Amino acid sequence: MTTTETTPVIPLPARAAAALTGLGALATAASAAMSWTWTSDFPGDLTYYGSPAGLQWLALTAGILTLVLLLATQGVPGLRWAAPTRSNNAVLYAATGALAVSAYSVTSIAVELDGLVNLEPGGWVLAAGGLITVLGALGLPLDRRTHVPLRIVDKRLFLLVPAAPLVWFGAHAIPGDKPVAPVLTALAGGVAIATGAVLLLQLGHLANSRLRLGKIERPLPAPRLLPSWVEVLIIVGAFGLGLFAITFGIDTEYGELFTGFLLFTALAVAALTKSGLIARLRALTVKHRPVTTGAAFAAAASFPFTQSSDQYTSVATNILIFATVALGLNIVVGLAGLLDLGYVAFLGVGAYAAALVSGSPASPIHVQFPFWAAMLTGAAVSMVFGVLIGAPTLRLRGDYLAIVTLGFGEIFRITMLNLNGTTGPKITNGSNGIPRIPDLEILGFDLGKSHTVAGIELGRFSNYYLLMLLVTALVVLIFARVGNSRIGRAWVAIREDETAAEAMGINGFRLKLLAFALGACLAGLAGTVQAHVSYTVTPDQYTFAEALPPNSAFLLAAVILGGMGTISGPLAGATLLFLIPKKLEFLADYQLLAFGAALIILMRVRPEGLIPNRRQQLEFHEAAIPAQPTGEPTALTKAGA
Amino acid sequence: MSTTAAPLLEVTGVTMRFGGLTAVNNVSLTVGEGEIIGLIGPNGAGKTTFFNCLTGLYVPTEGAVRYRDVVLPPKPHLVTQAGIARTFQNIRLFANMTVLENVLVGRHTRTKEGIFSAILRGPGYHRAEAESRAKAMELLEFTGLAAKADHLARNLPYGEQRKLEIARALASEPGLLLLDEPTAGMNPQETRAAEELVFAIRDKGISILVIEHDMRFIFNLCDRTAVLVQGQKIVEGDRETVQNDERVITAYLGAPLEDSTPAGPETVTETDQ
Repeated sequence: MTTTETTPVIPLPARAAAALTGLGALATAASAAMSWTWTSDFPGDLTYYGSPAGLQWLALTAGILTLVLLLATQGVPGLRWAAPTRSNNAVLYAATGALAVSAYSVTSIAVELDGLVNLEPGGWVLAAGGLITVLGALGLPLDRRTHVPLRIVDKRLFLLVPAAPLVWFGAHAIPGDKPVAPVLTALAGGVAIATGAVLLLQLGHLANSRLRLGKIERPLPAPRLLPSWVEVLIIVGAFGLGLFAITFGIDTEYGELFTGFLLFTALAVAALTKSGLIARLRALTVKHRPVTTGAAFAAAASFPFTQSSDQYTSVATNILIFATVALGLNIVVGLAGLLDLGYVAFLGVGAYAAALVSGSPASPIHVQFPFWAAMLTGAAVSMVFGVLIGAPTLRLRGDYLAIVTLGFGEIFRITMLNLNGTTGPKITNGSNGIPRIPDLEILGFDLGKSHTVAGIELGRFSNYYLLMLLVTALVVLIFARVGNSRIGRAWVAIREDETAAEAMGINGFRLKLLAFALGACLAGLAGTVQAHVSYTVTPDQYTFAEALPPNSAFLLAAVILGGMGTISGPLAGATLLFLIPKKLEFLADYQLLAFGAALIILMRVRPEGLIPNRRQQLEFHEAAIPAQPTGEPTALTKAGA
Repeated sequence: MSTTAAPLLEVTGVTMRFGGLTAVNNVSLTVGEGEIIGLIGPNGAGKTTFFNCLTGLYVPTEGAVRYRDVVLPPKPHLVTQAGIARTFQNIRLFANMTVLENVLVGRHTRTKEGIFSAILRGPGYHRAEAESRAKAMELLEFTGLAAKADHLARNLPYGEQRKLEIARALASEPGLLLLDEPTAGMNPQETRAAEELVFAIRDKGISILVIEHDMRFIFNLCDRTAVLVQGQKIVEGDRETVQNDERVITAYLGAPLEDSTPAGPETVTETDQ
């Protein structure tokens, strides 16, 4: 029985569909050169002809990407490399990207400037272009499943639909001065949001059952044999492109552009995955491991050179700190399987240790260690704390450990608050923290001053960015080497089944303590740099949960969202988790709501994380497992020796 | 009874109580060098509890377990280090690790590379890692899993998961292997293959203590068989001795009808004995 087919969603002649898609893509790309709106009030000033800005660049890229993929799947010579799978689904995803950019741009212009009248011809071309592209792409022969049953959201949830207007009416029927009125209004808002979510979910199910998009496994044509140096160049080019995309994301000056950028990037990556290009690239990176690592590092190191001011390098530096700590946490959570909810405390310990020996006038210890010594101090003190906290708690398993670590994280923060001279000895200045931490000077190089390298001025944050990058590289190296060794295997074994691991001769307690200590040590290392980057350390930088990273909840989210047990996962997760709340500031009061919604959507779409471990990928997508007689899957999860 | 072989494992008077419940009551057993010893008994007789006492998962309330004339420390990883490896009644593989990785974990006690060695990756590290991999692959060849070295353990069929558990246990280079129901859920062919595997392991010079319900399997394999009923060892000996023992027949098939009335209360008060 066949379960897949290659048919269009909208019955159109294949030629006509392709022509329509191409036309739409061209229109979308061309609209970038036109004026979208008459006033410069909309962020980015989209009023010029022939000079694309902000969202217009996204439209241009989306149009071109769709066009290239379309020509590739149509088999145009010279472009066939772009879509090794020949799947038209790739075109559809790219077209959806174009539609997302156009719909999002048109809507936000209409909303922010009050009405569609504010659209110039370019805006209309954009809107039409996006629509036509998707309509055309739906007419292409797509990889689809033959039958997808329509799933219905729990019917009881539909009761919300009549409930919403009732509550709203109730809220307005009561005179405003009654104390219940604001409560009812808030309730009406909540019910409205829930109703919207239910309707959206049902709409998603409906679309899924109509579109029936699926994946058809086709053997990829053997890649053309290229000289080694060309393959290396391709890898370098891909990382260059990656750097460009991330730089674009970090540099977005207003939230509207960032949201558009996220929407488009997600769909573009999906399109490139469907086209088989990502698989090709992955094969190349596996073949040239050292080149890939080098290229990734070089791409990251060249970020400050793309910046004209320090505004975004400070963001990038904080992303690196956050990402490095997340990677450290990944040893504890991802490898050893220990749920640590107070991890940010170790970052704090490292930062406080470095601040105390930094020579800051507020520090009671009047010494100034050279940086290498301060770094070792921070890492060592943090590790000692890791052992001290771990030794009594690591005998606990699972949820109990999580609660105890949560407690210890808070104890650290409150202790730092209390060592203020009134409620305890005067060491940390309580809530004032330790201010005026001097800038680092390494081998006569003052990191606080601007330096000109190769004609480009590198400011204070650029210096710290590069320093932090070295720390990140060190942590990546340690993670990779330890993770893939006798110790790393023992950690994973403990995570999988502690009793069986002990029966295999693994000293569970000692190895868990080792994971805890190493994780703490790496966080402390990052903390020493953080203390200098932010001039001041205060206790409230190290809380369990807050609107902005780093804090324990965000660190854990970065690890889980990015992909447990991998290196690139937490780095990507941390970048995203840092940027989303930062760039959503324009949503003001709704920032956290939107952030929460983004998290839920991400976890719903990719439960295994953005960049999953090979193992996790198999776990969450059972269908992806090569067909094999699986005897008794339950046998593996049963407890009791 | 082969008394000529020096006892490898010597269990004397092991008793395990959980509160008022005596799960294992004063059991003594010896396993000689190169022997295959069977341990049978009805469900709930305390076989697995007895195993757990041997492997350090439980600390016996009374009695001592000596391996090569040394009293075993009550910690599972130290027992494994001393040279006793085990498998589990309900397969407990590291489900999300590959087959090869599972066996490599079994080599943990026989390798020493610590965290600094792993970070620095000197020549010693590479040598030890290569040696471990070679040994692990050898064991996978031995159990016939070499072709699936890169598969996830969870994706193996049931019979192969059992084999992998044995390969993982063998990786710790034990002198004594404890098998807890190795043929549970297997069909006759698979059981026969398991028999051959057990003999092959013995031929490597490893003694085996095996819990099993499959009588044919036990009597084909074992030099001696001990019968555990309600925590007590009621008989030990070769096939004839065990099969003809009336208490064994009673334990498995029940007593004849006229004797059943006194047997009833006796069962209930068993724990107080």
